[in-house]
Amino acid sequence: MNSRTVLGEKVPQVDSWLKVTGTLRYSFDISLPGMLYAKLVTSKYAHAKIRSLSFEEALKVPGVVAVATGKDFPFRLGIYVSDRDVLAVNKVRWVGHPVAAVIATDMSSAEEAAEKVNVDYEPLEPVLDVEKALEKDAPLVHEDLADYSVFPGFRPVPGTNIANEFNLVKGDVEKGLKESSVVIEDTFRIPQISHAAMEVQNSIGYWRPDNVVELWSSVQSPFATRFLLSKSLGVPLNRVIVHAPPIGGGFGLKAGLGWEALVALLSKKAGNRPVKLVLSRAEQMTSAPSRDLFLAKVRAGFSKEGRFLAYKAEFFLDAGAYADYTVNVARTAGYSAEGSYEIENVNVKSLAVYTNKIPTTAMRGFGHPENHWPLEQILDRAAHELKMDPVSIRAVNLLKPGFSERATGEKVREDEGNPEGVLRTAAGLIEIDKVENPSVPWTVIGKGLSMLVKAPSQPSNAAASAVVKLNEDGTVDVITGTGSMGQGTPTGLAMIVAEEFGVPLESVKVVQTEGVDTDRSAYTWQTVGSRGLFSDGIAVLRAIEDAKGQVKKIASAVFRVPEDDVEVSGGYVFSRTHPWIRKELREFANGYTFSDGTSVGGPVIGRGSYIPVLNTFLDEKGHGSNTVFHTYGATAVEVELNLITGEIKVLRAVQVFDVGKVINLLTLIGQADGGFIMGLGSALFEEIKFDDSGWVLNPNLTHYYVPRITDCDFEIKESFIETPQKDGPLGARGIGEHVMIAVAPAIANAVFNATGVKMNELPMSAEKVWREIMKQKPELFSKALKSFQESLKEVMAE
Amino acid sequence: MKEIRINVNGVFRHLIVEDNEILLDTLRTRLGITSVKAACWRGECGLCTVLIDNKPMKSCMLLSVEVDGSEILTAEGLYNNKRARVLMESFVKHGAMQCGFCTPAFVTTAHSVLSSNPDADDQEISEKLKGVICRCGTYFQIKEAVKSARAFYKDGSPETF
Repeated sequence: MNSRTVLGEKVPQVDSWLKVTGTLRYSFDISLPGMLYAKLVTSKYAHAKIRSLSFEEALKVPGVVAVATGKDFPFRLGIYVSDRDVLAVNKVRWVGHPVAAVIATDMSSAEEAAEKVNVDYEPLEPVLDVEKALEKDAPLVHEDLADYSVFPGFRPVPGTNIANEFNLVKGDVEKGLKESSVVIEDTFRIPQISHAAMEVQNSIGYWRPDNVVELWSSVQSPFATRFLLSKSLGVPLNRVIVHAPPIGGGFGLKAGLGWEALVALLSKKAGNRPVKLVLSRAEQMTSAPSRDLFLAKVRAGFSKEGRFLAYKAEFFLDAGAYADYTVNVARTAGYSAEGSYEIENVNVKSLAVYTNKIPTTAMRGFGHPENHWPLEQILDRAAHELKMDPVSIRAVNLLKPGFSERATGEKVREDEGNPEGVLRTAAGLIEIDKVENPSVPWTVIGKGLSMLVKAPSQPSNAAASAVVKLNEDGTVDVITGTGSMGQGTPTGLAMIVAEEFGVPLESVKVVQTEGVDTDRSAYTWQTVGSRGLFSDGIAVLRAIEDAKGQVKKIASAVFRVPEDDVEVSGGYVFSRTHPWIRKELREFANGYTFSDGTSVGGPVIGRGSYIPVLNTFLDEKGHGSNTVFHTYGATAVEVELNLITGEIKVLRAVQVFDVGKVINLLTLIGQADGGFIMGLGSALFEEIKFDDSGWVLNPNLTHYYVPRITDCDFEIKESFIETPQKDGPLGARGIGEHVMIAVAPAIANAVFNATGVKMNELPMSAEKVWREIMKQKPELFSKALKSFQESLKEVMAE
Repeated sequence: MKEIRINVNGVFRHLIVEDNEILLDTLRTRLGITSVKAACWRGECGLCTVLIDNKPMKSCMLLSVEVDGSEILTAEGLYNNKRARVLMESFVKHGAMQCGFCTPAFVTTAHSVLSSNPDADDQEISEKLKGVICRCGTYFQIKEAVKSARAFYKDGSPETF
């Protein structure tokens, strides 16, 4: 038998050799015969009326085929709120808003012509601050909000800049605050950050002469894209084909709808020839979405034993000009605001707010890096006031599986994880109580820890499906809807199939590893929310079960035993009661032919599907059942802080997660480490900076610095707890987003631990940390400077 | 338009290129070498790194006319170099990639690092690879992958199959 299990082992991704040789084909690498190129013309104003637009000169540039403007495409788009236009119509809403697109035979002609499109603007007063956007007389970013179509459960407020309002209410928060011994009150802020996926967004649209709309796009959501395109363009679903080749980094940027509607319409405009749009890095960072800016005003009350009695919070998510996806980010930040803790009284209001800044969308963590930033620091500050330690105050308040209830009213399931185990493991690995001595007297060493919990935030119809086909040589083909963007889901699914049939991993092919397309793949809602392995995994397991049922039926006729006596495992089919009656699985792949030439059965095609059946919409108090699984985790760090420069250096990092069941240890460690590094970037460096008129000041990878290999000269440890999720695929839960959520609060807690300095704003750049030291603890700076000067004197004396 | 003669992955090419054509476009668009990626087009991300006469260079920052007479190697060509194949295998084994978009640039750069110093330590490896960005954050795995391939770059280890 060849049933050596691969589950839990370190298995390289199945497409590794294509990646390492650069031969995996991303949409970035695809070109079609006769393909044209598009170049965007973008707004120079944050808010302005388009008085007129002329492009006669642009059309004279050799190679130019057409110029399209907003008037050509009167469609409104969006996944949750249809607040997006294809190209600006009548007015522009941010600096970088696409106003027109030039289509030409080559990129340089398109670029040259784009310079010659003249737009006459009448500037309007922009609203660039999330709080000012909420003032009574604030200019409106979307005057027509009442006319937009809205997905059930979302509540835009027409006549304001509020794109969505969400409230979570449990108990009486004012009473809870009154009864508290310690109340922590503060304002926290996270700037807009860029996904900075290495593959810029790019799309090819081909509105074919037979009126089939075909797309090749860097997209995490081929099926959702097909649905939205069909709805907004009025083309039947099966006349839209979305190809989603492997993605060069998604992180949420490529979820929902991207540039597909634009390129499809440009193709039609260009006489039904394929048109490709490839954003420049500057366009990616100004015309395309980023993560929301987050502002939180919180009051948190604790009893003298450290019980979390009350949490009153107002979250303001600056959604920029389109809140299309961010309405759900704001809702999610709201309903999961209590994190891993049971809080007696909760009142959270979470608003997604329009401003005249770059639009925002989903990003890895989806509201959780945001809501954990205040929450996890509050606990350390309360612990400090109460003379408790960060671990005990958390242990007192952690949700108790099987007993607790979330503020949404959801029962905390017994099998949903082991939060206390996660907490204790992280604290142990970082040796949280052990005091470390700094290498030089002008630095200090601190340790910090942060818990995290996250569930996929998805609508109730976030379904998945899978098909499993047996081949006559014993190999297995698997058709899913989840593609490859580095997260490793296709490899994980292949491992599950290998395990269940007992065939070698090399015998399993997950077809979608090399790309999804809506014609030939199984439906899945989107590749988002850490849901791929979970949702598709369940669908694949059901498809395997179905295939095995078909095999059993055939084998029953062949073996002349009852169906329920037939077992399929280890690559064989055999009778349970007469195990010497057995044949290889491959012999049943296409049905079975007896020695007399008669046959039974037919090709085995297993099918499986999944939908989160227990989900409901949330009511006006935020109550309902909204989640299919929660993954708990904790990040702990040891950092060295230079008190003279404010520079933070990570010395050690620990990542702990309760994943339910380890499927692929190699990709799991890769996620844990990679997520830490992405979290580190957002903690220390990353911020999209705007000037007073709404221009992005750093739309490039020099001034928007993301972590490089030299930023990773520290030790990192990963630890995984396996509390099986009963309805999860082999017990597993998702992990892809969780890995970055707790990094920033853990580092801030380490700074607090070392100095007592509170960091309310990200990123914790050296300058910002230095300013906070000077504001909160200037004596630390003076002492450090003195010791530095003394040591300098000693060196000079030598 | 100018004539250039270059050797790309062991094949001599005689090309006529625009005066202002960047090597990145010549390789990707004219020659269909898609391992050479781009993410910034201004020398920041390192994804377009290729070996020019065995030195790693960013192909978006070079005009094709500047490399006339050079020997150019990309990941596709390195696959046929025995040492580089071992390095690639090490990347695979260590999971030193996620989305894979930057992987060819890391392999290419790391090959040149080890070719010039098979004893490169952690710090040297990091310093020389810092010009390439991996947003998925596989840096720890990349360091391990490069380090464990070092032995195959020492004298006596064959370069060809």
